[in-house]
Amino acid sequence: MNFWIIQGLNGLAFGSLLFILASGFSLIFGLMRIVNLSHGAYFMLGAYVGLSAIEAGVNFWIAILIGGGAICILGAVIERFILRRLTGQPLAQVLVTLGIAFIIADTCVWIWTGDPRPVPMPSALTGAFRISHLAFPIYRLFVIGVAFALAAALWFLLERSRLGAMIRAGVDDLPMARAMGIRTSLLFSVVFCLGSALAGAGGVLAGPILSVYPGLDTDMLPLALVVVILGGVGSLLGAFVGSLIIGFIYSYGQALFPDLAYVILFLPMVLVLTLRPTGLFGRQAI
Amino acid sequence: MMRSRILLSTTILAAWALAAPVQAAEPLKVGFMTVRSGALAAGGRQMEEGLKMCMDEHKGEMAGRKIEIITADTAGQPAVTKTKAQELVERDGAQVLIGPLAAFEALAIDDYIRQTKTPIISPSAAAEDLTQRKPNPWFVRAVGTSAQAHHPLGEYAAKELHYKKIAIIADDFAFGHEIAAGFQRTFEQNGGKVVQKLWSPLNSAEYGTYITQIDPSVDAVFAAFAGGNGIKFLGEYKNYGMQKPILGAMTTVDEGILKRMGDESLGVISSGWYSAAIDTPANKKFVAAVRKAYSADPGYYTVGAYMACQFLNNALVQVKGDISDKAAFMKALRNVNIPESPYGPVKLDKYGQPILDIYIRKVEKKDGRLQNTVIKTYPQVSQFWTYGADEFLKSPVYSRDWAPAK
Repeated sequence: MNFWIIQGLNGLAFGSLLFILASGFSLIFGLMRIVNLSHGAYFMLGAYVGLSAIEAGVNFWIAILIGGGAICILGAVIERFILRRLTGQPLAQVLVTLGIAFIIADTCVWIWTGDPRPVPMPSALTGAFRISHLAFPIYRLFVIGVAFALAAALWFLLERSRLGAMIRAGVDDLPMARAMGIRTSLLFSVVFCLGSALAGAGGVLAGPILSVYPGLDTDMLPLALVVVILGGVGSLLGAFVGSLIIGFIYSYGQALFPDLAYVILFLPMVLVLTLRPTGLFGRQAI
Repeated sequence: MMRSRILLSTTILAAWALAAPVQAAEPLKVGFMTVRSGALAAGGRQMEEGLKMCMDEHKGEMAGRKIEIITADTAGQPAVTKTKAQELVERDGAQVLIGPLAAFEALAIDDYIRQTKTPIISPSAAAEDLTQRKPNPWFVRAVGTSAQAHHPLGEYAAKELHYKKIAIIADDFAFGHEIAAGFQRTFEQNGGKVVQKLWSPLNSAEYGTYITQIDPSVDAVFAAFAGGNGIKFLGEYKNYGMQKPILGAMTTVDEGILKRMGDESLGVISSGWYSAAIDTPANKKFVAAVRKAYSADPGYYTVGAYMACQFLNNALVQVKGDISDKAAFMKALRNVNIPESPYGPVKLDKYGQPILDIYIRKVEKKDGRLQNTVIKTYPQVSQFWTYGADEFLKSPVYSRDWAPAK
């Protein structure tokens, strides 16, 4: 029984990290149809920036904002000056984002060297939370809380705000939205900034658990892709449910079928793509 | 008649006198394969630093010959390693190679080395069979094999720490398999029992799922990780309320990553063929020099590359700088015998593998920084431990399923 509870919590925690990463990816993919292969690199760069801020004496929470903010600016610049020139050429956009990912990765090694760096956990959140003889890290419980809060905030943004309505309109039918007078170019910049900021802030938040190292980007990106494909493009609910499913599969799978670690993660994605290409909650096919 | 003879002899003497310095003045080209990008970049950089320390010590010359180092970045990918090895040997004229970093890279160029008969000194790749069941006559290692450094720890854990039941968690690749098997063999031979073996992928994002699977009834956990995985594992271990002591592999708490760890690493006992805390004049001098140049303690990669370079020097001195007879040079390389070095005395066995002092170390804080204090030394340990070479080689190479957990 303990096994199921603890691994379930592990799954929930990992899924929460994935949601923070994948929500940004899903937003960008859903609205702008851009497969942002730099997303993993944004996550990593955000973590490095946050780490440097913390080492410069900044408080952990501010460091998260700084990490998110830096990547938001980077993302907005890349979108405005590079990706926008390639509108209508999805393959070129994908390749450009891949190239940018490599550039970011090498720049990170250049600036922060290749040593793996743990991000210091805020001292209030270290240690284990105990109930009878079960123990679980407090920080991971905190991350779960953040993911749920983020999901609620994004839901509120998308369903109850004007900006959200514009985003949903763009996801559903972009030319129509433009025809209705929505300033799609501004919307794109805002959404790309938001999605990138989520990746960057997510990197800092995940730092105490995953640490930052060259290769973090390529470790996380495939997971974000799987989540979005599984959950459905452009759907926040899909990203949320997809993250949790992948999180649980990751935890229970590693524990029950350790030899099949990677198969376990990617098999659901393959099944979904074959049987239901729009994903669980998506509305358009990839 | 006499005059033409004198003229002839003088001419010959003059020609010989002119020719000899030209030959000695030609630099010896050494190809150095390291990693500058990707997950292994940290180790690669430490290797470059170790090599530079050695080259600076010799002022760029060995046995009177200038040494030219040509560096190549293999990116830690076997296909690239193969290409770079070819470039170094065929395009750049490298006569000796130092490198590569990873065992799977070394395996990728094994055939090429045999074909081209290029002497190669490995500063890092620890794969056992390279000096055991599939020995390459042109290969010499400057560091321990995977299990060589960990056989003693198994005995130490059983005999001196009196652990009876241990769970092993290791990186799921050859290095991790070999270390785990070596440890298990000596631990169980001395009365212990490995009751659980967990394999985590080399690029595991985090260790929560594994930590929570560890059998709570064990006396200790042997955690064998490479790269930066030790940081992640140790960082999370206590947060899950785990209190059992941890034994580490050499690379779990290597000096290269120890500097990034905190109090969670205190008390971890590990074994290895080096520690920056080794208290000999040779090592103190070396550590002081590395600290001055790079503000960090030397670890596995720094020392590995440094010693590979020292092996080169030792062999070159034996052949007086003349590397044209490759077989003689290889013989000299295999004949390397250095009584004093940062990691202690070293000589090679007939497979090209060093016989090294293995140190049992404990992480402690001294002067505000973490170090691997040496608490026991097993002198002159061979890659075969106390089993004779023939007996050892009869069984297959250490692997993932080497011995099931009981």
